[in-house]
Amino acid sequence: MTLDVSYDPLQGNPLPVYGTWTPAEYEALGLMVGLEVHQQLQTRRKLFCRCPAGLFHAEGHDVEILRHMRPTLSEMGDYDGTALMEFKTRKEIHYLLKNESVCTYEMDDAPPFEMDPVALERAIVVSMMLDLQLVDELHIARKQYLDGSIPTGFQRTAIIGVHGSIPHEGRTIGIRQLSIEEDSCREVADKGHLRVYRTDRLGMPLIETVTEPDMHTPEEAASVCEALRRLARASGLVRTGVGAGREDVNVSIRGGTRIEIKGVSSIKAIPRLVHNEALRQRSLLAIREVLHGRGVTVESIVDASQDVTQIVHGTDWRYMQKHVSQGARVAAVPLAGFEGLINTPTQPHTRFLKEFSDRVRVVACIDLLPNIICSTSETETLSGFEWEKIEKVCGVDHGTPVMVVWGDERDVKTAVQEILIRARDAVAGVPEETRQSLPDGTNGFERILPGASRMYPDTDLPPIVIDNARTTELRACMPLRPWERMAMMREAGVGEDLARRLVKHQAWNLFARLLPRLKPGGSLIPTGLASLLLDRDAPRPLNEVAAGEWWDATIDRLAAGDLLVDAVVIGDEPLPSPLPADEARIRFETIVADLPADLPADARRPRAALRPVMKELRGLVPGATLARWTEEVSA
Amino acid sequence: MSGENGYDGYRGPALAKLQEYEAMVWSDVTVATTKGEFAGLILPRNEMADPEHIVLKMITGYNVGLHVGGIEAITIHGRKVANYKIPEKEFPFTEGLPRVKLLGTGGTIASRLDYRTGAVIPAFSPGELYGSVPELADICNLETEKLYGVFSENMGHEQWIGLAEAIGKEIAKGVDGIVVGHGTDTMHHTAAALSFMVQDSPVPIVMVGSQRSSDRPSSDAAINLINATRTAATSDMAEVMVCMFGPTSDQYGLLHQGTRVRKMHSSYRSTFRTLSDIPLGMVDVAGVTPFKDDYNPRRDDTDVKINAVFDDRVSLVYYYPGMKPDIVDSLVDNGYRGIVIAGTGLGHVNRPLYAALDRAHAAGVAMYMTVQTLWGFVQMFVYETGREIMELGVTPAANMLPEVAYVKLGWALGQTSDLDEVKRIMLTPISRDITEREPHNGYLVLQGGIPEVEAFMSGQWK
Repeated sequence: MTLDVSYDPLQGNPLPVYGTWTPAEYEALGLMVGLEVHQQLQTRRKLFCRCPAGLFHAEGHDVEILRHMRPTLSEMGDYDGTALMEFKTRKEIHYLLKNESVCTYEMDDAPPFEMDPVALERAIVVSMMLDLQLVDELHIARKQYLDGSIPTGFQRTAIIGVHGSIPHEGRTIGIRQLSIEEDSCREVADKGHLRVYRTDRLGMPLIETVTEPDMHTPEEAASVCEALRRLARASGLVRTGVGAGREDVNVSIRGGTRIEIKGVSSIKAIPRLVHNEALRQRSLLAIREVLHGRGVTVESIVDASQDVTQIVHGTDWRYMQKHVSQGARVAAVPLAGFEGLINTPTQPHTRFLKEFSDRVRVVACIDLLPNIICSTSETETLSGFEWEKIEKVCGVDHGTPVMVVWGDERDVKTAVQEILIRARDAVAGVPEETRQSLPDGTNGFERILPGASRMYPDTDLPPIVIDNARTTELRACMPLRPWERMAMMREAGVGEDLARRLVKHQAWNLFARLLPRLKPGGSLIPTGLASLLLDRDAPRPLNEVAAGEWWDATIDRLAAGDLLVDAVVIGDEPLPSPLPADEARIRFETIVADLPADLPADARRPRAALRPVMKELRGLVPGATLARWTEEVSA
Repeated sequence: MSGENGYDGYRGPALAKLQEYEAMVWSDVTVATTKGEFAGLILPRNEMADPEHIVLKMITGYNVGLHVGGIEAITIHGRKVANYKIPEKEFPFTEGLPRVKLLGTGGTIASRLDYRTGAVIPAFSPGELYGSVPELADICNLETEKLYGVFSENMGHEQWIGLAEAIGKEIAKGVDGIVVGHGTDTMHHTAAALSFMVQDSPVPIVMVGSQRSSDRPSSDAAINLINATRTAATSDMAEVMVCMFGPTSDQYGLLHQGTRVRKMHSSYRSTFRTLSDIPLGMVDVAGVTPFKDDYNPRRDDTDVKINAVFDDRVSLVYYYPGMKPDIVDSLVDNGYRGIVIAGTGLGHVNRPLYAALDRAHAAGVAMYMTVQTLWGFVQMFVYETGREIMELGVTPAANMLPEVAYVKLGWALGQTSDLDEVKRIMLTPISRDITEREPHNGYLVLQGGIPEVEAFMSGQWK
C-alpha cells in the first residue's frame, strides 16, 4: 500500500509538524537532501593575500568603502539570473575595514597574490580523506556574488577533487566535489537599498564539501552533516569555533526543485528546516495542480496592475495612512486564477502570500513589514469599501485576489513586477531559489538560485599543476578518518561506548600516539587508556604537545612495574610507586587490626566491610592482591 | 603549431590526445581517466600553459585540468560553443540631448576573455556599450567609433596623431563633447599629447578608462564611462581632461587637466592624481562641479586648432646616482634630437655626465630638465651643480611633469628644428603644462598612522 501524502490547498488544512512523520512519509514524498559544508582552514594567512587569518572584529572600523555591483557575462556568454536579480535591488554596499585585517587586495584595489600553499595542501589532505579524485591542474574560477558579500563581486574558488564518498551508518554517501575558496564578508545590516558588511573574515581560506543528494530523511541529513564536520575536524587542519563552519542544505521532493537553504546556524536546526521545506514544496506543487486545472499559464498572467494611491488616500488603516502621507505610491495587482490559493499554508505559521512578500522585500527593497496585503486575507487592513473600489478599478470580482503594495515609486514598480514573476513561477511549481533559514525552522526567499552561468575563469592567476610527488607524500601521512579510528579502537579491544566518545574527542591524537607504547599483557590495556583519557572526574593533561611527556613517563613506569594503574586512576600527584610486598602485607594487617571490633563481618559483602582498607592501599598494592587478602580475611 | 583545426591553444601531447579522439574544443565529452570519469566541455587552452593538460568545464561551471597521461578514453556527446557577446542594443536617439562622440582606442573599459593568452582583451561597440551601460542613453545621444583596439602600452605617437585628427573631424562636425576610451597605463601620455595637438577646442575632450576590467561585477568601467560622458555632454570646461575615480569608493570622478595628471598607483581605482595643482573639478550623478574658474569655457563654434605632429627621436632619461655618460652618448650616436632628463631634487645629475651633455649640446640635441620628485619646480640656480648643467645647454622645464615634457618636446621637434623656436614652444604654457603658481594644496599626500589623518579617514569614504 502506498502512503498518501498529498495535499489539497483549497482545504487549507494545517501542515504536519516536525516529528510526526516517519521515514516512510518522506520516502513517499520523494525527499532528497544534499549538503554543502563549509569549513575554514587553519592557516596563518588569508588565501590570496598576506593578511593574517583569524582576526575577528566585533565592532569598530578604521575606514569605509562604498561600492555597487553590475552583472557581467559568464564564460559561456550568458548572464546569471541571480546577478540580474541582484542588480534590480539597486543596493548601495558599504564595507567596514580595519587596518589589521585588510589590505588593498580585499578592497579589490590590487590583484591577487599566489594562492597560499599551506591552505592548498590542507585542502588536498581533506580531499584525500573524503576519497575524492584529485584534479591534475587547479583552475581558479570567479564565482559571481552580486549581493556584495565580496567586494570584487566574485569569489575566487577552485575544484580540488571530485567523485568521493564516505561510509555512513551502513551506507555510502557520495561526495560530489571539494573546492577551496576565499571566505566572504559578514553582513551586519541590510535595510532598504543599503547593505553593510564587515571584512575581517573576508579572504580567509575555506573548503566547501558538496555531497550528492543521498540523504532521504531530515535526521539523516543532520547526521551526515555531523559526520562531515567530524571528518574535517579529524584532519586537524580546520578551524573550529563560532563561524568557522557553516552549512547549506539542498532540499527537493519529487516534482519539486532543488532549493538551497543558507545560513543554517547549527546542525541541530537541519531536520526541522528540511521537513518544513519539503512541506513548502508539497504545497507549491499542489497549488500548481490547481492552477493547471484552471488553465492558468505563464502567458495568461498579465500585468493588470493599477495605481490606487488615490483610493486609499483617506484610509482609516493607520499603517497605510502613514506611508501615503509620506508620499508613498500604492499599486494593486489582481491575480485572476489564484482564487482560494493565497492563504494556503506553506510552512508552519506561513502562507503562500509570504512568497510574494519575500520577493517584494528582497528585490524591491520594501522591507517594512507588512509590505503587501491581499484582498482575500482575513487580516484587518483596508476597509471593505476600499477593497471594493480597488477590485472595481482592477476589473475583478470579489474573491479574485488583489495584492496591494506601497512605497517609493521606483520600488513599487519593481514590486509589481516581482509579484507577477512570483505568480508566473507558481505555474511552474517550485521556483529555483536560494532561501534563508529562519530561527523558527522555516525559511524565506533570499535570491534566485545561481547556476553555472555565474562562473568565470580567473584571468589574474594561472592554473596550478598539482604535484603528484607531493600528494603521494601527503597521502602517506594522512590523518585517520573517524571510521578508521573506530576500526583501530575495535581492534585494540576498546569498548564501543568509549570508542564512540573518544573518536570525536580532542584526546584522540594522544590516544593514537600512546597506543603502540602499551605492551601486550601489560597492566594498562587500551580500554584503560581510553577511559583514563576520557575521565572527567580526574582530568589529566590532554593536550598532545604539553601532555606528551607526562603520559610517556607514566606509561614507562607502568611497564617497569614502578606504578599501578589504580594510582593513575586516583591521580594523586606525584603518582606513588607500589609498596614492596612485605611492607604492603604489614600495612594491610595493621589496618585490619585497627578496624572496630564490633564491626560485624557481612558475609555477603565482605569488601564493603573492608572499604577502609581499599581506600588506604588502592594504588599502592595491586588490586588482585588486595582482593585475595580481603577474601582471606573475610573467610 | 597550436590552435589549428579547432584545437585552440593545445599543443604537444595534449593536442595529440584530443586529435586521437577527434575531440575538438567545445566538445561535450566524458573523459575516462585513471582517477575516474570527468564530464564537461573541452575548453580552449592558454597558449602559454603547459602542453600536458586538457581543460574541462564541468556542469557546475567549474574548470579543471586533466593530465593527458591519465586519460584512457574520451567519449563525445555533442558540442556547445561559447558565445561571449554582450547583448547588443541599438543606442536610442533622444531629441534634445547633447551629441557625444566616443572614440575607442582599447583598454579595459570594455573587455572580454581572450583564451589565447588567458587574459582579457578589449572589446568595443556602441551596441555593446549600451547593452552593458544603458544609463548612457539618459545623458546624451552617443555615437562611437573604434579607432584602435590596443592596450595602452601600445599607444604611441602614431596613434596620438590619428586620435587628434579624428577629434578635429568630430569637432568640425559639431559634436557637443568627446570621450576617449583608453587603457590606463599611458593615459596621461595620451592626455598630454592631445593637450598639445588639439588646442582651443570648443567642447570638452574627456579621457576615460577603468582600473578593474568590465568583466568584473565591481568594475569601475561603467561609472567612469557615465561620469566621462556626463562631463563631455554637459561640462562647461572645454579642456582635455582625464576622468577617473576620485576615491576608491563609488562616489565621484575627478576631472584632471591632461597635462597635470599622472597614474600614481599600479592597481588602485583612484590611481590618477593631479600633481602640483588641484584637479579641474569633480563629477557625479548630480553633475560637474568645477574647482576653478579660469578654464577654457565651452563655445558654440566648431573651430579648433589641430597640430598633430611628432618627432619620436626624443628620449626620457631617468637619472640615477652613478649613471655613466655612455647612456647619453648612445642617444646622440643613435640620432636622437631631444632628451628630457628627470633629474634629482631641483634638477641635478652627477658630474661624470657633464662631458656627455656637452657633446650632446654640440651635436644640436635639445635638452630639458624636469624633476623626478614629480611635485615642484626645477630650480637650477640654487646649487652650483644646477648652474653648471645649464651651462652645458640643459634648459629647466619649470614644473612640467617628466612625461609631459617628453611628449611636448617630441611635438615641438615635430614642428621645427630651430632650437630657439623649440625652446620658445617648450617654455610657453599651452594647457597648464607649466603653471605660474603652485598652490599649497597641490601637494597633498596624506600619511596613514598619523592620529589626525586616521581620524579624518574614518569619517570619509576611502
